[in-house]
Amino acid sequence: MIEFRSVSFKYEQGQEVFAGFDWQVEAGEAWAILGPSGCGKTTLLYLLAGLRSPTDGEIWVGGERLIRPRPRTGLILQTYGLLPWATVHENASLGLHVRGFYGPDGKHAPADEVVEHIHERVDPWLERLGLQALAEQYPAQLSGGQRQRTAIARTLALNPDLLLMDEPFASLDAPTRESLQDLTLRLRTERRLTTIIVTHAIEEAALLGRKVLVLGTPPNRSPQVFDNPQAGEGNFREQKTYLEVVSRLRRTLEGTA
Amino acid sequence: MRRGQILFAAVAIGVVWQLLAWIVRAPILPGPLTVLQSFALEIGGELGGHFLASLWRVVASMALSIALAVPAGLVLGQSARLNRLLSPVIYLLYPVPKVVLVPVVLLLLGIGDLPKIVIIFLILFFQILVLVRDQAAGLRPELIQSVRSLGAGRRALFRFVYLPASLPAILTALRQSVGTAVAVLYVAELFATRLGLGYYIFLQGSTLFNYPKMYAGVLAMSLLGLGIYFTIDGLERRITPWQFVS
Repeated sequence: MIEFRSVSFKYEQGQEVFAGFDWQVEAGEAWAILGPSGCGKTTLLYLLAGLRSPTDGEIWVGGERLIRPRPRTGLILQTYGLLPWATVHENASLGLHVRGFYGPDGKHAPADEVVEHIHERVDPWLERLGLQALAEQYPAQLSGGQRQRTAIARTLALNPDLLLMDEPFASLDAPTRESLQDLTLRLRTERRLTTIIVTHAIEEAALLGRKVLVLGTPPNRSPQVFDNPQAGEGNFREQKTYLEVVSRLRRTLEGTA
Repeated sequence: MRRGQILFAAVAIGVVWQLLAWIVRAPILPGPLTVLQSFALEIGGELGGHFLASLWRVVASMALSIALAVPAGLVLGQSARLNRLLSPVIYLLYPVPKVVLVPVVLLLLGIGDLPKIVIIFLILFFQILVLVRDQAAGLRPELIQSVRSLGAGRRALFRFVYLPASLPAILTALRQSVGTAVAVLYVAELFATRLGLGYYIFLQGSTLFNYPKMYAGVLAMSLLGLGIYFTIDGLERRITPWQFVS
């Protein structure tokens, strides 16, 4: 599904974040990317989203070389990225409107998709995510959790096969965060999504990542991958294994710092 | 602000005006009722024609400045490089009081509506340009990135992000500059025209010494400014309702 072939990335200011970095992700896998601030987690996600280009090497996603944002990749950010002037429904429909704007050109929108009946595609997601009653509200009127659910609805309405999340629940309170983490797990299973979540929270990485990529002080040269096969299984949060994984991840992270 | 409050303020101004008129007791300051009477008589005739001429000039300059300043502001707001290049020029030109250019513009463009429209355009253009540019440049990069991740290229970003984001800036710019625009219109209408409220006020006040008519013209000019101001206010609530939610 995803292949990093000797990817290097350097910021204009000269800071090198990745150097000859190789990494593979299979379809349907659930990854968490963990690491301290400034380790390149978000850069990696932006590279994957096609919002930044490697300075050297190639990134392949879904059998094609990535050179621009890919229509079937969904991105969810900590800051939600909602348009403040659009209602919940308008925000959730935005991606479909963008697709309708370009038509099925294979570049901005999938070549095999004609956008019709936007309500029919968006409303079930609003219903599912408990947003139907808020459909005519503006982001400023919503709580953090409701805003993030709107961003999730917007992404899922586009029917993605790869979901990228950048610290999506970091600014939410604990109960909201846990309910959205559970929602992510359910959606992943249901939709057979490949998910990659960037987080600085060890607990979140242990909960959501069946594989955890630990990044250290840049430049990152080779991936340090941690297997966590039980992540996402029913009430994993309350199991002993979960606590063990958390403490092993913590030790690994301390080792990289 | 409620309608009642505005009405109360209007009555209070009228009362103070009447008191001043009683104290001054001179033809140069007739009372509000005399002026209102004159206004009611004139607005359906001569004054109405002058009012429409001025209204047309302001509305035309507004339309022209929106049509040119908004795209320019959006382009500058999106391109840091172009903005770096042009912002010193804007920085120098923006604070120049455009009213001093009235004689120059009149000389260059002659008589008729065009020079008046151009003068007001110059004021509104810079105001809208600067506000729209700053609004576009101030959009959070994460917002742009997340919309780009939905497949939006430059055109869709323009349509779905930059354009709607600039609406409040356009309306704010218009509202801030409507007072200046009407004031400058008055000055511009003193020259090379026989049509417009500026001409009417000057003619009645300084040539014919018909003070009630002169004040009727002043009232018409105030109403012109107020009318535009209230229209912008109403438009703002209608087309940018998200700014008024709590």
